[in-house]
Amino acid sequence: MSATSAAETTEATGTPLARLVAARRAAYRADVVTDDPPQLTRGSASRRLTDQVARVVMWASFGLAMVPLVWILGTVVARGYELLLASSWWTLSQRNINAADVGGGAVHAIQGTLIQAAVTAAISVPLGIFTAIHLVEYGRGRLARAVSFMVDILSGVPSIVAALFIYAVWVTTFGFQRIGFAVCLSLVLLMIPVVVRSTEEMLKLVPNGLREGSYALGVPKWITITRIVLPTAFSGIVTGVMLGLARVMGETAPLLILGPYTKSIATNLFDGYMPTLPTMINQDRTEIGLDSAMERMWATALTLILIVLALNLIGRWAARRSSVRR
Amino acid sequence: MANRLKVEDVNIYYGAFKAVEGVTLTFEPRSVTAFIGPSGCGKSTVLRTLNRMHEVIPGGRVEGSITLAGQDLYAAEVDPVAVRRTVGMVFQRPNPFPTMTIFDNVVAGLRLNGLRNKSELADAAERSLRGANLWNEVKDRLNKPGAGLSGGQQQRLCIARAIAVEPHVLLMDEPCSALDPISTQAIEDLIEELKTDYMIVIVTHNLQQAARVSDQTAFFNLAATGQPGKLVEVGPTPRIFEHPVHESTEAYVSGRFG
Repeated sequence: MSATSAAETTEATGTPLARLVAARRAAYRADVVTDDPPQLTRGSASRRLTDQVARVVMWASFGLAMVPLVWILGTVVARGYELLLASSWWTLSQRNINAADVGGGAVHAIQGTLIQAAVTAAISVPLGIFTAIHLVEYGRGRLARAVSFMVDILSGVPSIVAALFIYAVWVTTFGFQRIGFAVCLSLVLLMIPVVVRSTEEMLKLVPNGLREGSYALGVPKWITITRIVLPTAFSGIVTGVMLGLARVMGETAPLLILGPYTKSIATNLFDGYMPTLPTMINQDRTEIGLDSAMERMWATALTLILIVLALNLIGRWAARRSSVRR
Repeated sequence: MANRLKVEDVNIYYGAFKAVEGVTLTFEPRSVTAFIGPSGCGKSTVLRTLNRMHEVIPGGRVEGSITLAGQDLYAAEVDPVAVRRTVGMVFQRPNPFPTMTIFDNVVAGLRLNGLRNKSELADAAERSLRGANLWNEVKDRLNKPGAGLSGGQQQRLCIARAIAVEPHVLLMDEPCSALDPISTQAIEDLIEELKTDYMIVIVTHNLQQAARVSDQTAFFNLAATGQPGKLVEVGPTPRIFEHPVHESTEAYVSGRFG
């Protein structure tokens, strides 16, 4: 449309307001509606420049973010892999092995880490999932808002604070010993908010139509939740649990405060110190200058990474097996 | 007839907002009733009060009386779960359960209510799928996911699922609005067949569909946005379409508005 037709429309009769509206409309149409053929080729030079710049910035950001990741992984693997190749690493503990001795085993720390992670998960996962179910499926009004707020606060609690809280309750108030179970309790505090938040998000993603479809069949609400909603959200929930587990397995502050290191195999959560991979790393870290200890430290770090990776793979496999069918 | 569904002086609320006002209607067994009217006039809302699905929405509330065979659906001792078992529902968008196979979807209502007997479940699945005109298309792939079917097949799967629990009444909330004409035809044929056993209430925006499938038509309208919707007129379908009493009904069915 040409500019003249817009000007003509401005001459339209009527009230000043009507004329103004007509003029605006005409100007708008002159702006938007055109008889020129649509442009289907690539945009202008400045448009292409913007595209290039954005592309470079994105790739550069990605590359930058990958640097520390690759660096850490590369260093840990390069320095630690040798000890992992020896079978003794997976079968022996550090009992009777001095800092200056080469190698030894990590099985005591692996066992401790796995046991503590399992007990922590056994407590946190049901608590977290039930809390999330309450928030999404039943939560109304004040209680739900209060719970949600508390979960937010809990997820912001630094691990050292969680550890000191359990120390204050467990050791100072009740006078108990520092044992593996106390570590688990502080890890529970750290894992619950992760499980609650991720499960909550996954439950919210389940379309309401599925719940209503189930209700409409005369299925009670709790069966709808256990048999329709939870299975639909299952893979997401598993992913959330795995993220939470990965977090608590690498957690160090609660271990330093509540779970002192020991070189021998100790599998009793309720009696004595319990060694774990992070505390084993910390132990060898203190032996500055001893190549044997440094090598052991890297190997332990690599072991921890591999265990977390393995758990994630198992989680993915489980999630894929029994989730939404296509 | 004894098993009538009667709606008397019903007001429906979303929280403080009155969405529907003063609805009085009677549904006969073995008949199809169509709800027509412009968007937002409360057709679906009224439909959802008939199996107590309205109260699932936070703040949803119903006043007045809705009785099935003389029993008040909203009486204190009535279990909404039992109401929904008697009054089934099919939704606008097909919603097969994504974690389940075709077979599991069909028998979901029975199985989740405790039926374990394998041969009974298999019988019910075949009967319902035949009832929904889906059996021949899926009988060889009952163990495939329900979500893998086409939209029209999914909707018939949802109908099979709804009739598997043997309700007295079947509510359909725009069951064809997401479907192509062929699938729509299949569903309409199905409604015609289901009519011999069930009381059917269907919400539709498709006036031809209402005219084709229903025995009774109810026209809903609202005076203005923010006002409650009202039942303007209800009667035998031919009369509503050919000799409507109210001017707005005439305008709507002749396509002059809405």
